[in-house]
Amino acid sequence: MKILVCITNVPDTTAKIAFTDGDTQLNKAGITYITGPYDDYALSRAVELKEQLGGTITVLNVGLSDSDPVIRKCLAIGADDAIRINVEPTDSFFVAEQIAQVAKQENYDLILMGRESIDFNSGIVHGLVGELLGIPSISPVMKLEIEGTVAKMTREIEGGKEDIEAHLPLVLGCQEPIAEWKIAGMRGIMSARTKPIKVLEPTGQVTTTTELYTLPAPKGAVKMIAAEEAESLIDLLRNEAKVI
Amino acid sequence: MALTESNTSIKGGEFLIKDIDASHIFIPEEFSEEQQMIAQTCLDFLRTEVHPRLDEIDYAKDNSLMVSLLDKAGELGLLGTAVPEEYGGFGMDFNTSLLVAEAVGAGHSFSVALSADTGIGTLPILYYGTEEQKHKYLPLLASGEWKASYCLTEPDSGSDANSGKTKAVLSEDGQHYIINGQKMWITNGGFADLFIVFAKIDNDKSLTAFIVEKSFGGITMNAEERKMGIKGSSTRQVFFNDCKVPIENMLYTREGGFKIAVNILNIGRIKLASAVIGASKQVTSQAVNYANERKQFGTSISNFGAIKHKIAEMHARTFASESACYRAGQNIDDATVDLLASGMDSAQAKLKAVEQFAIECAIMKVHGSEVLDYVVDEGVQIYGGMGFSAEAPMDRAYRDSRINRIFEGTNEINRLLSVGTIVKRAMKGELNLMPAAMAVGKEIMAIPDFGVEEEEGILVKEKKVVKNMKKAILMIAGAALQKYMAAFEKEQELIMNLADMLIETYIAESTLLRVEKLIGVRGEAACSLQQDAAMVYLHAAVNKTANAGREAIMSFAEGDELRVMLMGLKRFTKIEPLNLKEARRRLADAAIEKGGYIF
Ligand SMILES: Cc1cc2nc3c(=O)[nH]c(=O)nc-3n(C[C@H](O)[C@H](O)[C@H](O)COP(=O)(O)OP(=O)(O)OC[C@H]3O[C@@H](n4cnc5c(N)ncnc54)[C@H](O)[C@@H]3O)c2cc1C
Repeated sequence: MKILVCITNVPDTTAKIAFTDGDTQLNKAGITYITGPYDDYALSRAVELKEQLGGTITVLNVGLSDSDPVIRKCLAIGADDAIRINVEPTDSFFVAEQIAQVAKQENYDLILMGRESIDFNSGIVHGLVGELLGIPSISPVMKLEIEGTVAKMTREIEGGKEDIEAHLPLVLGCQEPIAEWKIAGMRGIMSARTKPIKVLEPTGQVTTTTELYTLPAPKGAVKMIAAEEAESLIDLLRNEAKVI
Repeated sequence: MALTESNTSIKGGEFLIKDIDASHIFIPEEFSEEQQMIAQTCLDFLRTEVHPRLDEIDYAKDNSLMVSLLDKAGELGLLGTAVPEEYGGFGMDFNTSLLVAEAVGAGHSFSVALSADTGIGTLPILYYGTEEQKHKYLPLLASGEWKASYCLTEPDSGSDANSGKTKAVLSEDGQHYIINGQKMWITNGGFADLFIVFAKIDNDKSLTAFIVEKSFGGITMNAEERKMGIKGSSTRQVFFNDCKVPIENMLYTREGGFKIAVNILNIGRIKLASAVIGASKQVTSQAVNYANERKQFGTSISNFGAIKHKIAEMHARTFASESACYRAGQNIDDATVDLLASGMDSAQAKLKAVEQFAIECAIMKVHGSEVLDYVVDEGVQIYGGMGFSAEAPMDRAYRDSRINRIFEGTNEINRLLSVGTIVKRAMKGELNLMPAAMAVGKEIMAIPDFGVEEEEGILVKEKKVVKNMKKAILMIAGAALQKYMAAFEKEQELIMNLADMLIETYIAESTLLRVEKLIGVRGEAACSLQQDAAMVYLHAAVNKTANAGREAIMSFAEGDELRVMLMGLKRFTKIEPLNLKEARRRLADAAIEKGGYIF
């Protein structure tokens, strides 16, 4: 089993988000970076599959050298080697293109990634990669078993779950509980020292520029109105919220 | 490298008489990516395995949950960080093992179980075992397959550890020692597979240590102790009734046990100091969060100055303790490298290095445990009524903190030890204290220097304050030693005062040096909060030094000597006024904004 796991390097879930340079850049001061939580599950499942079936795991990240600590952590958790495409991941299509370029040359059986990143949350890279490679893509996958060349999966759908089977190779967007979340052990941390990170230059053109970041307006207070006081609700909607 | 030379030439206790350059100390901001990854592994382990089960751990009917947690920690390699690779561990240096202790330090009972297992349980074999003993036992302990405990204390032998009554007698065939006796307060006793047991052979005056396997037989126990805190940590009375221990399981030499106990405790002390830093950070974060969420009088209580004061103090003291802890840890690593280079084997080198810094280890133990007690106390206060509720985390934090001032040598014993060791080294000529004390004696008789030459540089004035604090210690210690001579050690109240001065001076100096070094790397603007923390700490340290010094002087000096020394003390504990309220508000505001501990 030859597995590629694509990971994002994203601000910690508790990071305070602020912008600089006239609101065109994320203010990175004081922010800790982590592997995208969904990507973490993808990697964890890859490690379990490797334990079960043998094979290799390559981690891929589109990002600058500040991604290296997070990449090394993935190596510590159980990936065998890593590829970093040395460019700022500006938009989903550009990122998907970079991944597809690598994947075309390597014939992976499985390309796993999180269902979405947690910075831009666009959640479409798996679909784009699948199209660029001409292979199926499925997301969000919550359960994954491999039997021979067939993947048996459960994915979340509107209002329920769906069981699907598909032949490899596949691109999958993953989410919990696809695997048991993994902590890097001491042995893994020590062996990550010697595992290679190959740095490749990007192909294609960056076509997206950021004009402005804005934060969502702070959540307003919520008012509870008892059912028997419908009149006061109408009054509030008319005079305070001014929506009717 | 020139730097290494000056690094390793720093001797334990020497901080009292030597100015140390900031470039020669290690600061926690210098931990490598790999070390941080190891720490993160520990934090992840606590978050996923331990913190969701704190109640379950504390109120467990048996030890199976704790054992399974230690097993899991073992699978991750967390029980073998300090054990060399040849014995199945990971051979990390001393400072990394302190960082690991810090990272699991917020694990309450689990943290105690883990540190007893990997510390006092494992290290006696690592440092004093024969090759056979090490190869036989260390891989089992490093992997977690076996768990260890340490049996020193007895019902009638606590602080006076060498007074134990447990006996070991050679069997008739000369193949076994037969151990009989009773041990008390044995952490991990309920599930340990291996016991390091201290006993006296025949009528020896001093202890001998033995590696005792549970399977040797003749070991029984009382039920679990019912305790104020760390309720989930197994603590047992252990009885040895004709326990047959093969002679090859004697550890080190006959009557060498007390030395083992002392040296292993040195390590245990500084490890405890780093563990309580981890706990302090966690409690501070929880308290800041609560203060942000709790609203009274129409606003978050974190907006009140009285609460900000607490949040800032929690930060300043934790930051200060951390600064000194890893400074000392690195000194130990550097001394180890030095001794290795001189041809010593690795276990010996580590031991000697730790022994060399026994004073700092004792200082750190006292300071760290008292900082945590302050932090949890204010943590409860910030939570108000909820601080008193078992539904909120402060209740457990408060109860679990208290043990740290008692085990690994009580804080009284460690205060005695810190001053006692300095005096002993001075008497032996290992520490050149007397000339320094005499110079200070001369200085107080001379016309004071009014500090005309204003020196430029980062924290120069503050470092001068620390230098003066050292002079205050030298002045008082010098005079008291002259007066009491050999009876000095009977003056415990005075020694407690001197210990307080010593602790405050070491911690304040370490904090300033850390900030100075950090400013050198990041620039002053990026370190303003660290500077605030250092200043808040320094002012408190000077005040404590002045109070303790005054108490000390009044306890033995009279007449002219009394007056001259009090004047000298006043001069040596002078510090320029600073608006500490504003400094504290800046610290607290940053924590409030972040929603947790900021450093
Ligand atoms: C939860 C827990 C876990 C423990 N785990 C272990 C373990 O795993 N292995 C082990 O061997 N031990 C263990 N201990 C024992 C612990 O190390 C001792 O309790 C400690 O050393 C103090 O001894 P003691 O209780 O006999 O107190 P005492 O020695 O009776 O001390 C009582 C008071 O007198 C003071 N005092 C004593 N001597 C002096 C002196 N010379 N000068 C001034 N003051 C003095 C002390 O500071 C203290 O305030 C544990 C204890 C507890 C409570």
